[in-house]
Amino acid sequence: MVDSLTMKIGVLALQGDFAEHIAMLQHLGVETAEVRLPEHLNGLDGLIIPGGESTTIGKLAVAYGLMEPLKKFGQRHAIWGTCAGAIFLSKDISRDQPLLGLMDIKVERNAFGRQVDSFEADLDVPEVKQATGTKHDYHAVFIRAPIITSVQGAARVLASAPDGRIVAAQQGHFLATSFHPELTNDTRFHEYFLSLAD
Amino acid sequence: MEGQTGTFAVKKGLAQMLKGGVIMDVVTPEHARIAEEAGACAVMALERVPADIRADGGVARMSDPGLILQIMDSVTIPVMAKCRIGHFVEAQILEAIGVDYIDESEVLTPADEANHILKHNFKVPFVCGCRNLGEALRRVGEGAAMIRTKGEAGTGDVVEAVRHARTVLGEIRRLTTMDDAELMSYSKEIGAPYEIVKETKELGRMPVVNFAAGGVATPADAALMMQLGVDGVFVGSGIFKSGDPARRAAAIVKAVTHYQDAAILAEVSKDLGEPMVGRNVSQMPEAEKIAGRGW
Repeated sequence: MVDSLTMKIGVLALQGDFAEHIAMLQHLGVETAEVRLPEHLNGLDGLIIPGGESTTIGKLAVAYGLMEPLKKFGQRHAIWGTCAGAIFLSKDISRDQPLLGLMDIKVERNAFGRQVDSFEADLDVPEVKQATGTKHDYHAVFIRAPIITSVQGAARVLASAPDGRIVAAQQGHFLATSFHPELTNDTRFHEYFLSLAD
Repeated sequence: MEGQTGTFAVKKGLAQMLKGGVIMDVVTPEHARIAEEAGACAVMALERVPADIRADGGVARMSDPGLILQIMDSVTIPVMAKCRIGHFVEAQILEAIGVDYIDESEVLTPADEANHILKHNFKVPFVCGCRNLGEALRRVGEGAAMIRTKGEAGTGDVVEAVRHARTVLGEIRRLTTMDDAELMSYSKEIGAPYEIVKETKELGRMPVVNFAAGGVATPADAALMMQLGVDGVFVGSGIFKSGDPARRAAAIVKAVTHYQDAAILAEVSKDLGEPMVGRNVSQMPEAEKIAGRGW
């Protein structure tokens, strides 16, 4: 693992809660950058795609020529998508909108229902507990959340909701969560992501 | 699903997902699809945009739930709807049909001239308007999970939105320099709950997301509000009362993302067609202004 103090992590800042991710990274002592245009990817060791509206983020990524640069960035660097970001990283969401297709996962948008169905729940995430040397469950916030309906190829399940539906997956240095670690005070998922970035 | 729904964290959380985005007023499913296609992060479903509510006069109420449902069915992005200030039964109806956010709005005719809705009683989150910090934090005290400036809706004149944003953000800046011993008396002075005033001081910002609204009509207006320090922008009459709504909507979305990049702002401001005609707020009779509604 690269020393987090020498690492620079970008957060895609087209729309959504990018400021929350930046605040959490800075709390962990990491240098950060907002990414709105392709040249903002230069010099970064990893990238977070935040929560927000996946349709909005996709359209702005296409409009400002970010699709190919992001795919290329992913060949060498870690990328983590939360909620809308997880949708954007996936290969298939059964509808027509721009996707990076970097992870072999299928995702269903708004799978738990509308906003009145948004919820908080405790998750057991063995890898993250092990990586951070902690034992307590992870308290996750789900906002009009997607689910990962299937993982293929090299992708594997990292966490499931209490009802068994997949809510986090990893494929090499790619991470997808349908919930929002950036909305909590628990830094373990960010620490776990930093361990994937080099 | 085993989990806790309707918590303040998930109510506030949806507003956090809308940050850096544009929420557009729409009156038909077709408008809603145009807004989504342009990159709106949410839509506000209503029967008439504020400019038409002004022109028509009379009592303005919650929109027909049937229309709101049609709009909900036509897009995948969150759908908001308005209820009258203090009209908690309109809010119950909007919650029952499953809207994602309720705007307890001064644009509609108030139903209660003393009290707002006790918003903690609902699972659905609420956004409320404000002209100053005291008003904003009273709404948060009642359970609002998102705040917006009131501006002067339906005018296409950004001056009131600027006034309200400057007032709120300036008051927060002054609050952060106050001695803790001054907070109780300041809370009394602005009529806001002490605990929330204290939290705002500690955070250096409002404890919930704060958008601009009321008079935004151009990409430059939207970027102006973002540079002043709001988290995102509502556009009401400014889009569908303009000459080329789809183009203007997409331009305002881009202006909110690239609000600090003047070259991009210049590019997206080109060839947008006619803006909404608008009304100059400084020449408007006091009785016609709606921002004063709310207590």
